[in-house]
Amino acid sequence: MYNFDFVKPATVDEAVKALADDEAQALGGGQTLIPTLKQRLASPSKLVSLTGIAEMKGVSKQGDAVVIGGGTTHRTVAEEAASAYPGLADLASRIGDPAVRNRGTIGGSLANNDPSACYPAAALGSGATIVTNSREIAADDYFQGMFTTALEEGEIITEVRFPIPQKSAYAKIAQPASRFPLVAVFVAQYGDGVRVAVTGASNNGVFRWSEAEAALSGNFAADALDGLTVASDDMIGDLHGTAAYRSHLVGVMAKRAVAAAS
Amino acid sequence: MTQVKMTVNGKAASGDVEGRTLLAQFLRDSQGLTGTHVGCDTSQCGACVVHVDGKAVKACTMLALEADGAEVSTIEGQANADGSLNVIQQAFQDHHGLQCGFCTPGMVMSAAALLKDNPKPTETEVRDYLEGNICRCTGYHNIVKAILAASGQDVSAIAAE
Ligand SMILES: Cc1cc2nc3c(=O)[nH]c(=O)nc-3n(C[C@H](O)[C@H](O)[C@H](O)COP(=O)(O)OP(=O)(O)OC[C@H]3O[C@@H](n4cnc5c(N)ncnc54)[C@H](O)[C@@H]3O)c2cc1C
Ligand code: FES
Ligand code: FES
Repeated sequence: MYNFDFVKPATVDEAVKALADDEAQALGGGQTLIPTLKQRLASPSKLVSLTGIAEMKGVSKQGDAVVIGGGTTHRTVAEEAASAYPGLADLASRIGDPAVRNRGTIGGSLANNDPSACYPAAALGSGATIVTNSREIAADDYFQGMFTTALEEGEIITEVRFPIPQKSAYAKIAQPASRFPLVAVFVAQYGDGVRVAVTGASNNGVFRWSEAEAALSGNFAADALDGLTVASDDMIGDLHGTAAYRSHLVGVMAKRAVAAAS
Repeated sequence: MTQVKMTVNGKAASGDVEGRTLLAQFLRDSQGLTGTHVGCDTSQCGACVVHVDGKAVKACTMLALEADGAEVSTIEGQANADGSLNVIQQAFQDHHGLQCGFCTPGMVMSAAALLKDNPKPTETEVRDYLEGNICRCTGYHNIVKAILAASGQDVSAIAAE
């Protein structure tokens, strides 16, 4: 790892100022960034830690939404969102392992937008709003392909607002070595329809499976998905599974999520 | 270099570190606490697990400066005040929960974090909790058994002695 300066501001304003420097990068829980720095795939001259910013931490229920600070750890979401939004808390409780969940944050996961990460599925599957230091971005506009998002240089995710569904669930087949999803599907039923978001499968990162959404909006039952398939053209094919296998898993995981939804 | 100060196993610890110095390096190289092992250095194996403010973290995936002001506990602080093994360590010895011992510090620290939150875990809960702790000697059965025994549960019915 190349050396860098380290600063730990106490407010979002100070962090935004520190990040104005071109060579500076935000540090959340470091569970992705530190391994990346070790591999010298990034070489910022300054790291701006967001872990000392109290206003970016915590889970609260505001009207019909759950609002999560961008610096909130996976563990805290698993514990504190459990009553308001159990599907989301369950997803957080199954990210990586306990030590990863004690450090990793929702803001870091969404900013990174790994094509196999868990939170992008919940954010897109809930139609969440990603709130930054300067604006609000709808999940449908936020995810722009693997490792690519609508965030500008130096923009910080300060909170994420999740509308609470009537029912939801996350079905994940973990890749046993990395514990990331091989394929996972988040399903959420709202008064105005069902959303289905798929992660781990596509070369373009997280996506909504619109045919499944239409079928489930008419009949929220696993067998409503019988016969529906996703094309394997854009699916990830690697040593863990072929594109065809992943496209098959999308259907299986979607059915499991619907069957488990509560 | 920047000075970092923290409490390690109840005692004040400080040293000069670079931005990039990992907590694991600070503990091992600056403090001489080499019980925290670095197995993979890629955040996968859990040999480096320590507690920071009571929570299990991978010391190879946290900057030393992030622990400034924190309460850190490592394997060296686990024994009882009189130097005898604590209940988890003793259970690892009694149930052959280690072979080469390389993963053991991380296993014991993860087990301590688990039992603090969940004093009577089921076998499945123990296995789930150890998802980030890899034993290259693959002695998982006896590790799980030792942790269940340390929680005060009867392990006589569990196979593999
Ligand atoms: C062993 C292991 C297993 C894992 N398993 C899973 C899994 O099953 N599912 C899963 O989804 N993830 C998994 N992860 C990844 C983990 O969830 C990370 O915590 C997460 O992807 C990144 O969050 P972080 O807070 O650690 O961010 P960091 O690593 O600190 O940062 C990641 C990126 O986000 C930027 N950033 C951080 N915070 C913000 C913010 N608030 N605003 C804007 N940009 C920000 C950083 O500049 C950096 O580019 C795993 C990681 C490990 C090590
Ligand atoms: S050395 Fe830290 S996880 Fe392997
Ligand atoms: S006892 Fe050898 S690595 Fe676990």
